[in-house]
Amino acid sequence: MSRSVTAVEQAYRRHWARLLALLTAELRDLDLAEESLQDAFAAAVTAWPPEPANPPAWLLTTARRRALDRLRRVAVAAGKLPLLIVDDRPEPSSIPDERLRLIFTCCHPALSADARVALTLRCVGGLTTREIARLFLVPEATMAARITRAKKKIAQAGIPYRVPAGPELAERRDGVLAVVYLVFTEGYAATGGDRLIREDLAAEAVALGRMLRELLPADPEVDGLLALMLLHHARRDARLGPSGELVRLPDQDRSRWHRGEIAEAVSLLESSRPQHTADPFPGPYLLQAAIAAEHATATRAADTDWSAIARLYGELERLTGSAVVRLNRAVAVAEADGPGAGLALLDGLDHELGRHHLLHAARAELLRRLGREREALDAYGRALEVVGTDPERAFLLSRRAELSVR
Amino acid sequence: MRYVLLAVGDERPWAEAGPAEREEVYARWGRFEEMLTARDAGRGGDELAHSGTATTVRKTGGKVIVTDGPYAEATEQIGGYVTIEAAGMDEAIEFARACPSDVVEIRPVPDRG
Repeated sequence: MSRSVTAVEQAYRRHWARLLALLTAELRDLDLAEESLQDAFAAAVTAWPPEPANPPAWLLTTARRRALDRLRRVAVAAGKLPLLIVDDRPEPSSIPDERLRLIFTCCHPALSADARVALTLRCVGGLTTREIARLFLVPEATMAARITRAKKKIAQAGIPYRVPAGPELAERRDGVLAVVYLVFTEGYAATGGDRLIREDLAAEAVALGRMLRELLPADPEVDGLLALMLLHHARRDARLGPSGELVRLPDQDRSRWHRGEIAEAVSLLESSRPQHTADPFPGPYLLQAAIAAEHATATRAADTDWSAIARLYGELERLTGSAVVRLNRAVAVAEADGPGAGLALLDGLDHELGRHHLLHAARAELLRRLGREREALDAYGRALEVVGTDPERAFLLSRRAELSVR
Repeated sequence: MRYVLLAVGDERPWAEAGPAEREEVYARWGRFEEMLTARDAGRGGDELAHSGTATTVRKTGGKVIVTDGPYAEATEQIGGYVTIEAAGMDEAIEFARACPSDVVEIRPVPDRG
């Protein structure tokens, strides 16, 4: 029994998205496709072993049959004529890859951001509703309702099952990357709750990034996103101390970084970044990956090339116009050229980032280094007013307690 | 699929527009309608008079109450609508982009067939 569960689980991990994508194309109904495929996997749990020679083909045939049963039941219930009986198609020897269509539909801009994330994890990542609910710390019923609403909108609003073409493709691809990165950042820096990192969520995002790279090869921003996630994810074991407290980058034990993941990311980056330093980067993900790589490849914190990082942040700020990027650039400039230069770059950010604890925390750190402890104390106070998670609060409190003023 | 594109916006600039500005906006709508016709997508539509001319009839508890004004008081009001036939949401979004209104709400028309 346990062996058959393992085989089904394996098949689920490997084939869920591809089978769902194909069934959705055939049935033109995402909801029906999902339920029928779910049925097929449930059937596999009882029917395997023996494991069929071609597990995905077996699952596909079973799911098609279940879909037909469901359609027939609905037709009979509605008093309509039963559907024509169609001979089962022969088991396919290879399953066409329709996953890109599935991804672009799940990430369609006409769906809310929450819905895009939930649908992508459900349909493309193959996570159960319960798992997704747990990852986002919401009740299962809430998550189920969110996914149902999204599928209903896809059907009723005519959100097409297609890969966009022409100039639309680049724009929509950015939307897909944003959904995957949103999953990742929620895992990497949880915005709520008592835990700072939810590795499982970050790992799902990395898996989605790998799938995207397989489906959209030779796209530097897709490479960039995967490299960026790998570089951050590689540090997961070193980011938290023994009691769950935040460990800052310079204090992290670099021997606990996952070197294989860093090497993979660096090689992705090398093949996709501009070959000459004067050439502009194609987009924000590759740039952010280049910045993360500067950190990840420094042997010791003291070896970090802050001038290179400040330069990359400058390019990223030009590209995005983002206040958060400016904040990060200020921190890098402070390391390269001194705290005074960094502090000057924080001016004018309060309007946009006043509710963001990182602005106040960065200002506090720079003021402290300039010996302006009284002002640093005030800045820590403002950071503590808006900080969200417990470990970050604890970190700020301990930094403030180190000041000699009270 | 059939959709209604609702042209939404602040009514004041339009109410205060001079004849030249109005002509310019009507010309843009004319071009938009030509595009819809060329794509065989237009299924009729209208400009709506200012919401100040609206009358709302509300039926509650067996009573009929007639009031002056639109059903919802808001700065943004529906100034017109176009019914379109499109292959799906992506094409509807394409038409909404081409529509002269700065804000366009896309509402699918349910298929009762």
